[in-house]
Amino acid sequence: MANWSVILNIAKTHLLTKIKQTSTAALGVTFGIGAYITLVCFMTGLNGMLDDLILNQTPHIHVYNEIEPSKKQPISLYDNVEGSFNVVHSIKPKLSQKKIHNALPIIKYLEENPNVRGALPQIKTQIFYIAGSIELGGNLTGINAVDEARLFNMGDYIVEGSAEDLQNTDNGILLGIGIAEKMSLKVGDRVQLSPINGGIFPLKIVGFYQSGIADLDAIQSFTNIKTVQRILGKANNYITDINVKLYDIEQAIPMSKKIEQQFNLTAMDIKTANAQFETGTTIRNLITYAVSITLLIVAGFGIYNILNMLIYEKMNDIAILKATGFSGKDVQLIFMSQAMIIGFVGGVLGLLIGYGLVRLIDTIPFQTEALPTVETYPINMNPLFFIIGFSFAMVSTFLAGYLPSKKAKKIDPVEIIRGQ
Amino acid sequence: MSIVLEAKHIDKYFRKPVLFHVLKDINFQIKKGEFASIMGKSGCGKSTLLYILSTMDTNYDGELFLNNELITNYHRDKLSYIRNKHIGFVFQFHYLLSEFSVLENVMLPAKKLAEKSLQEIEHDAIEKLKILNIGHLAKKRASRISGGEKQRVAIARALINNPSIIMGDEPTGNLDSHNAENVFNIFERLSNDHGLSLLIVTHDKDFAKKTDRIIQMEDGKIIT
Ligand SMILES: Nc1ncnc2c1ncn2[C@@H]1O[C@H](COP(=O)(O)OP(=O)(O)OP(=O)(O)O)[C@@H](O)[C@H]1O
Ligand SMILES: [Mg+2]
Repeated sequence: MANWSVILNIAKTHLLTKIKQTSTAALGVTFGIGAYITLVCFMTGLNGMLDDLILNQTPHIHVYNEIEPSKKQPISLYDNVEGSFNVVHSIKPKLSQKKIHNALPIIKYLEENPNVRGALPQIKTQIFYIAGSIELGGNLTGINAVDEARLFNMGDYIVEGSAEDLQNTDNGILLGIGIAEKMSLKVGDRVQLSPINGGIFPLKIVGFYQSGIADLDAIQSFTNIKTVQRILGKANNYITDINVKLYDIEQAIPMSKKIEQQFNLTAMDIKTANAQFETGTTIRNLITYAVSITLLIVAGFGIYNILNMLIYEKMNDIAILKATGFSGKDVQLIFMSQAMIIGFVGGVLGLLIGYGLVRLIDTIPFQTEALPTVETYPINMNPLFFIIGFSFAMVSTFLAGYLPSKKAKKIDPVEIIRGQ
Repeated sequence: MSIVLEAKHIDKYFRKPVLFHVLKDINFQIKKGEFASIMGKSGCGKSTLLYILSTMDTNYDGELFLNNELITNYHRDKLSYIRNKHIGFVFQFHYLLSEFSVLENVMLPAKKLAEKSLQEIEHDAIEKLKILNIGHLAKKRASRISGGEKQRVAIARALINNPSIIMGDEPTGNLDSHNAENVFNIFERLSNDHGLSLLIVTHDKDFAKKTDRIIQMEDGKIIT
């Protein structure tokens, strides 16, 4: 039988006559929510950016031939020592090839799988860059440049030239920017490569590659698969790595297990490869929520205090209301609605302030070599955060208002009237 | 004549600080339109009795009837409703909500009852204020009027829902004799003209003598 217009009217009058305390309490909530929105939009923006950084250019499954010692040493095949205790010293890996056996049929097979967006062959090899008398060690990777750009956003990391240029140029090379700087090379120049087993091959520079990781940029270059096969003197079925991109990243683990079993190859899924990266994301989220919740708890105590004080000051009013027919529940609702009004106003203001701050951060320039495509600080303005923030405000003020209002409900009017 | 309020064998104890039998077997009736006063020495239990009769205190033995309905052991919320609709209470100290206007103070119990529209309530409230000769104070804040005026505002508030009975705990206790006389006249008029029942605790012999009946209390008992 709550009569809301009366209850809200009384609550409003109480709040307005104590406007200073009320505003202080509301401001507490405002700061809590404002900080939450700012932090969470910024942090998740940062997370998203870093995720993209990793996810975009990392294959979901990386298939290759791992060089490892045989699990079964020859002695265990020898029946005469069966059951005895064997010690094998200084195990060496078996001589095996890096080449993936039957790579082309495997790629074809993988691409037929409905979960797979694409499976791209690569050839990784070590070479020396030679320009005049300088000789630098490095890595050369043979790729299908256009497909790499399509599936792994390779284009983002090509600072001069393009993936098409590489694809269409025989004996072209996409040179790591660090190498280019060391050897003062320009696009259009030639660089000579020498594979480990000898010979010299001149390649034409069609562009520069910059991953943002300086150590990598100082050694890594890309060229066409065919070019690498020629440099190494291998047949056109020589493939050392297969990078698989899936439609659903969650499939990476089961799929990689299956590939390992089926083809007797090593298949590294993205989750295992980037486990520590996930930890970073989790910890950033943890910090965001820890800080926000702390601020809201402080705000909640502010509300709790002010409501307690208000109820203490309004003892007489409570007694009168009860004596004239307001029930304990009505009185509780009066003080509860005061808390909720404080929470609502403070919360909405907090959302607005948070929104403003986030907008501001979004315009602050943020340039870093590591992220050529990013120009301002990354922001993730998700409406869900605003809903969560608002619910946060309402829940915390509800909790802060509940105990004092419960006390008001229990106040015995006779005791107050007698006490006069 | 119908009976508005009836107390049967009401006993009350205070258990703290020591066991104290404050009301002893109280029996009496108030008829419709009757103007009764309660007198007795300080500390004999008048206020305690009034708090029980007004349903604010539920911690007693015995039975309490309002309009022939047993209201002892009713749930608190039900009792709140009964207080709101049937009982008007005037305290010794003028209990008003100091941040609200005089008019709002008077309207509040009717708004809670919510039987009438806001306009009707406002109209009634102004009417009651006029009966008490304080119509001109309607828009003033309750904290900015004199003690005697506050007392009359409290009476107007007690009248707003046209209750079955008005109870007062020394409502003229801190009024000068002129204002006390004035309040008495208002009560008498309400009782005669509107058939309102009144039960007023007072120390004022002159006031009591003019009422229909004096209930005399001594040591927690009614002696006449
Ligand atoms: N909460 C309480 N606990 C214990 N004893 C109480 C309590 N309230 C009142 N008393 C005692 O009960 C007795 C009756 O009190 P009550 O207030 O009813 O007196 P009263 O008749 O109204 O007196 P007065 O004319 O001075 O107002 C007094 O002796 C008082 O000391
Ligand atoms: Mg008394």
